[in-house]
Amino acid sequence: MNLDLARWQFAVTTVYHFLFVPLTIGLSFLVAGMQTAWVRTRDDRYLRMTRFWGKLFLINFAIGVVTGIVQEFQFGMNWSDYSRFVGDVFGAPLAIEGLLAFFLESTFLGLWIFGWDRLPKRVHLACIWLAAIGTMLSAYFILAANSWMQHPVGSVVNDATGRAELKDFGAVLTNSTAVGAFAHTITACFVTAGVFVLAISAWHLRKGTHTEVFRPSIRVALVTLLIGSLGVVVTGDMQARLMTQQQPMKMAAAEALYDTVRPASFSLFTVGSLDGRQEVWSLRVPGVLSFMATGSFDGQVEGIRDVQAASAQTYGPGDYTPNIPTTYWAFRFMIGFGLLAGLLSVVGLWLTRRRATRPIPRWFLSASVVALFLPFAANTMGWIFTEMGRQPWLVSGMLRTANGVSPSVSATSVWISLVVFTLLYGALAVVEFGLMVRYVKAGPPPPAGVEPIAAPEPTPSVTY
Amino acid sequence: MELTTLWFLIIALLWTGYFVLEGFDFGVGMLLPVVSRDETDRRVALGTIGPVWDGNEVWLLVAGGATFAAFPEWYASLFSGFYLALLVLLVALILRGTALEYRGKIDDARWRRRWDLAIVGGSFVPALLWGVAFADIVRGVPLDANHEFVGTFWSLLNPFALLGGVTTVLLFALHGAVFLALKTTGEVRTRVIRVATVAGPGLLVAGGGFLAWAVLAYGPLWTLIPAGVAALGLAAGTLLAARGREGWAFLATACAIVAIVVTLFGTLFPDVLPATDPANSLTTTNAASTPYTLTIMTWVAVAVTPVVLAYQAWTFWVFRRRLTRDDVGGDAGLPARSGAHAR
Repeated sequence: MNLDLARWQFAVTTVYHFLFVPLTIGLSFLVAGMQTAWVRTRDDRYLRMTRFWGKLFLINFAIGVVTGIVQEFQFGMNWSDYSRFVGDVFGAPLAIEGLLAFFLESTFLGLWIFGWDRLPKRVHLACIWLAAIGTMLSAYFILAANSWMQHPVGSVVNDATGRAELKDFGAVLTNSTAVGAFAHTITACFVTAGVFVLAISAWHLRKGTHTEVFRPSIRVALVTLLIGSLGVVVTGDMQARLMTQQQPMKMAAAEALYDTVRPASFSLFTVGSLDGRQEVWSLRVPGVLSFMATGSFDGQVEGIRDVQAASAQTYGPGDYTPNIPTTYWAFRFMIGFGLLAGLLSVVGLWLTRRRATRPIPRWFLSASVVALFLPFAANTMGWIFTEMGRQPWLVSGMLRTANGVSPSVSATSVWISLVVFTLLYGALAVVEFGLMVRYVKAGPPPPAGVEPIAAPEPTPSVTY
Repeated sequence: MELTTLWFLIIALLWTGYFVLEGFDFGVGMLLPVVSRDETDRRVALGTIGPVWDGNEVWLLVAGGATFAAFPEWYASLFSGFYLALLVLLVALILRGTALEYRGKIDDARWRRRWDLAIVGGSFVPALLWGVAFADIVRGVPLDANHEFVGTFWSLLNPFALLGGVTTVLLFALHGAVFLALKTTGEVRTRVIRVATVAGPGLLVAGGGFLAWAVLAYGPLWTLIPAGVAALGLAAGTLLAARGREGWAFLATACAIVAIVVTLFGTLFPDVLPATDPANSLTTTNAASTPYTLTIMTWVAVAVTPVVLAYQAWTFWVFRRRLTRDDVGGDAGLPARSGAHAR
């Protein structure tokens, strides 16, 4: 009971938090890039872009920050036995994330928001870059911590103390899983920011408003999206092979592959049950799973039954299989949504290839607006896949999820917090989305020299 | 020095940083309705903490992360044991942070009033709960042999803890008032100085009582010294504020906060979370990580903390000027009615 509630709470709060985080990371770099363009060229359009996208960035950033505090607290609150078990290893990257990354991003973002007319232009520009670097550092350390749970390296379980103990911190930081996860996540952040800028630019271009700002914006978005998408594919491919070696059960669960086969086909979708007993119909592409898992079209891929048997051999009798329908569909939706987003960039770049005067077809603009949900859905599916695919382990091979939950916290307490967080986060989502829509509709500030009353550079302290 | 002792000190230092810094922005938040007569005043008051509050709050995240890394057992017992209290705290911090960022985004009195409520409540509740929590930590909580908390939420609300809560509310109110006095001019400054002269004596009574109780009931005798320093700092801060010497007053209240953290951690040591049955207490030794982890963390802390201190100090230097009513005249956010496009 407690276990399920605690897992639901972690899922709700973490999925929610991660709606905002990738946009923060990706957009911080795009805004920094726009401001750099302005500082270099003094072209007013870049300043207006910086202002407009910077505002949306901050609206998004605020929710990422406040929901981030919960993330750090709830390991101890709901997962105290986990915390006792992993603290010696997992705590260090978490603490370093705060010291190295959170201080950097929040301090320099404060300087950026309020420093427009108080800092020299280049110093002010450096502030947004430092904040952006902070977001990226933060991603590295938290992913190193998570990757250790997927693939524990540099540590041993000390039977005397009953906990995992750190032996080689360098190994934790250079964990191949962490490098892969970081590369995949960061490129996904750029996809997220790319689609965000694309969808909103498309919305304005469809209405023909502020085209002088949104035409360059849509190019920035499409290029970002293309590079990000290529990166996501390459890094995802790299991760799949690592996963096959390090977490064979997860790879098998991604395909609902019960028996070890060679070569293994990839099913685009399946009609029927995924419990290994009967499959009504599936659309399959030969050799693709082999290629994902091993890099060769006729490589062997281990099935769930074999991995289960091997795990039972190593860890004793038990069920070592994650929830297969969840992993199977999450994996497909992640890839599907991601590929659709990538496709959009290819089409978009083709359609906008000529001079900036050539009109972009309305169907493409409409499609781009609708596509806004794609990266958020893909990011969510990716995390659901990778976390659900690790089950029943909390730390692979070391600690089961069932053994990580807080024994002293009552089900009532977890119910209360689950309900409170869900309602609060729901309300925040409504407010945030409403604010975002208003600011999107309002568009960028007017060009310099126009409407001197609403000057494009308001006094800094005014933001409050 | 033992690494575990060093990390006990580092964690005390992180909490000190947190209370000295976010202490004043909690104070500004709590005092918002008291010190402002109109919207311009409120914007002046919030403008003083606008650039820095988020960076201040990171001290909490680092204190939490460092506790997790250096004393996992402490982190686990404390956070699971204080579950509902922390839930309330988190809700308050979430509402407050969102409010600080969103209140100025829409130019509408009703919108701002709602967020102001969140700022005031979201500053008051953590200010209260931190005092309650630290008093309970010093006093000790019921832990079983596995260091699991076996008390209830209500057992955390004992007289000593409540006095601790009153102390931190008044402490942050005074600290925030002095900070506001230092950063503003004119009527806001006059009003806030009046607040300081009221909060100061009240704090001396409540806080003096709390610290005396903590030292006499739980601490070694030497903690009387920091407790005395704290009392002196608070008295000096109040008097200096009343005389318009806000810079010195702020230094005095900051020193008082340092002294209070030293007192509380002094009474705590060598425990980190005493249990009602001393056999089950968590100490710097039995709650700690391995020497290897502590060594690595020490190197990181030694390398990074001075840099953080330097750029945070620089931020305060950049925003050192007093804010006036003329400084906050511009952009008040989008107009209240949606659909008003700036074409």
